[in-house]
Amino acid sequence: MSALTMNLTATASEENSFDSAPEQTVVEDTVGFPLVDDPKIRARNASVFYGDKQAIFNIDLDIGKHEVIAMIGPSGCGKSTFLRTINRMNDTVDGCRVSGEFLLEEDNIYGSKMDVVELRARVGMVFQKPNPFPKSIFDNVAYGPKIHGLAGSRVELDEIVENSLKRAGLWAEVKDRLQQPGTGLSGGQQQRLCIARAISISPEVILMDEPCSALDPIATARIEELIAELAENYTIVIVTHSMQQAARVSHRTAYFHLGKLVEVNETEKVFTTPEHKLTEAYITGRFG
Amino acid sequence: MQTSNLIIALLVMSALAYFFGYQRSRGFARQLGGVSNLHSLPTYYGMRVALWCGLPSVLLLFVCLAFEETIISKMLLSGIPDEIRPTSIAEYNLLMNKIENLASGALSSEGVKPALLDAAAALGYLRDMSQRLLTGLAMLVAGGGGFWGWWRMSAQLRARQQVEKIFKGFLLLCASLAIFTTLGILLSVIFESVRFFQQVPISEFLFGLEWSPQTAIRPDQVGGSGSFGAVPLFLGTMLISFIAMTVAVPAGLMSAIYLAEYAGSKVRSFVKPALEILAGVPTVVYGYFAALTVAPLIRDTGTSMGLSVTSESALAAGLVMGIMIIPFISSLADDVINAVPQTMRDGSLALGATHSETIKQVIIPAALPGIVGGVLLAVSRAIGETMIVVMAAGLAANLTVNPLDTVTTVTVQIVTLLVGDQEFDSAKTLSAFALGLMLFLVTLGLNYIALRVVKKYREQYE
Repeated sequence: MSALTMNLTATASEENSFDSAPEQTVVEDTVGFPLVDDPKIRARNASVFYGDKQAIFNIDLDIGKHEVIAMIGPSGCGKSTFLRTINRMNDTVDGCRVSGEFLLEEDNIYGSKMDVVELRARVGMVFQKPNPFPKSIFDNVAYGPKIHGLAGSRVELDEIVENSLKRAGLWAEVKDRLQQPGTGLSGGQQQRLCIARAISISPEVILMDEPCSALDPIATARIEELIAELAENYTIVIVTHSMQQAARVSHRTAYFHLGKLVEVNETEKVFTTPEHKLTEAYITGRFG
Repeated sequence: MQTSNLIIALLVMSALAYFFGYQRSRGFARQLGGVSNLHSLPTYYGMRVALWCGLPSVLLLFVCLAFEETIISKMLLSGIPDEIRPTSIAEYNLLMNKIENLASGALSSEGVKPALLDAAAALGYLRDMSQRLLTGLAMLVAGGGGFWGWWRMSAQLRARQQVEKIFKGFLLLCASLAIFTTLGILLSVIFESVRFFQQVPISEFLFGLEWSPQTAIRPDQVGGSGSFGAVPLFLGTMLISFIAMTVAVPAGLMSAIYLAEYAGSKVRSFVKPALEILAGVPTVVYGYFAALTVAPLIRDTGTSMGLSVTSESALAAGLVMGIMIIPFISSLADDVINAVPQTMRDGSLALGATHSETIKQVIIPAALPGIVGGVLLAVSRAIGETMIVVMAAGLAANLTVNPLDTVTTVTVQIVTLLVGDQEFDSAKTLSAFALGLMLFLVTLGLNYIALRVVKKYREQYE
């Protein structure tokens, strides 16, 4: 009992000393290299507010073409919020306000000319919890192409569905039961179905919000392989709580802390020789 | 002591028993060095003694009260001389009533047979005696029970479990009350229906196309021979329910979609209660709205278009009934639409679907089983609805599906058959029970299906 208390106090005081050292906690500017040439997505001075509370503070970040960028950081640090600004999923949240400049190539994401439906067709998303529709496996994948009129005929639609499922690595497992409900698949299969659904409308960017957090290690490994394959054709932004996962799948890693972007660097550099003290503290498990 | 006073006295004794039990357990706790050494908290010990005191005595009281009247009547009857001894149940009831009135002084004793006066006096005496006996007995049981419970106490006694068990039984009793009532209703309807089907063949009732329940009461009376074909009634019921559902399902569903998906929290907090007020309007009010406002409106409109519309039309009743049912459907559909997980919406929106595409293609299909369940519940409500149709649909049992014509429903006929002076052994009156039984079975079936559907839907997401 007393040992536990002492342990807790120790941790607390460690954190306190950590907080009291100004050069370690105050994030002035993002260190590393957040900007790249000819980016797919460009965010400048990006801030997000939920009501009166500011969730993201003046972030500058570029995401390159065919890059896999991982976003890591403790819970509530704003990484998911940032992710959801890219396809404007924050629009559905009451009281959410976004400021700053967001460009998808040349197009202003929050501009008046931007059609949010078209934006989301170009920026696909995979969610934390697999969320197949209560429809058949086929209809789950065919949903997007049907909405956007991508298939002129039934044969074309079949092709799109087959290709999407193949690219998501699910085809072999489900080709004989396409008419069965998507909700009947296992968790890992459901998530791959959701990835197939996302790539069925040929997006340019795929956002992944902790795509493996509800999956077992084998299903996780399968998804990670898939991300590596998908990176050849898509730009991928992945939010993850697992630092190993970030290290395995991403080219660059961005570390968020309390709504601020602390460090962006080559993944290898982040996990071997981080520039910022906060990043180092996080990846060595001092807090999280 | 009067029964109400007796119950109060028993409650007071139980409270005292609680106090003594509580005190004694505190005493044990002191000896053992603290309440934590007792098996249960002192309140449980107190509760246990109180239950020992109150429960058996109250049970005894109710059992005695249930048999009191029968025993007293039997005793009175044995003292009545043979020449006025009743020979039938009706006579027996009359006699008992007379004695009762004599005893209470409501009937003057002039010119009454002395045997009856004796009986009336005996009734007063017997009642008095039984009252005293009961008081003594109940007090004795309460005191004895309380003492037994108090005396058997020890620190190891599992008072908490015992009290829990009794409360479980009590809750079960309350829950079974509704079930037994349903069973009682069903049995009473079945018995009368069986009597009806002894007079009218069941095939005529189920498949006959003519409903005209007038039967001759006396053999010499000129009256209808009576025909009991229920088909026109069920057709009328179905016609009106159908009209009601064509109003209620689209309106209810759309308003639910608006409330769940589009309305802001301010609009929602105003519109949802307003809609639910519709459910609180008494159906008789809907009835005269239908009969005085909607029916003439339909008649006038129809006439101006050259249609022949009766003043009491199926359309008027159906429309108003539909409006009455809107809140049932909208409220249930609103719940199931809200129960569709947000991730489902996000998934669809993130694919670039618009809000209405998401609703049509993802949310409604996902919520469909729940919506169907709600609609089926509303249908059974429409079938059983009485007041609106009594006032607005009419009484003529026409075999028609023309909504502008007068039709009648099962519930309307039940009402008209049972209103006023009735002979309770004629086929006319008994047919009401057969109709009631049919109605009960139909709505029971619908409710069962609806609950199964709703349950299946819940399993899908939990």
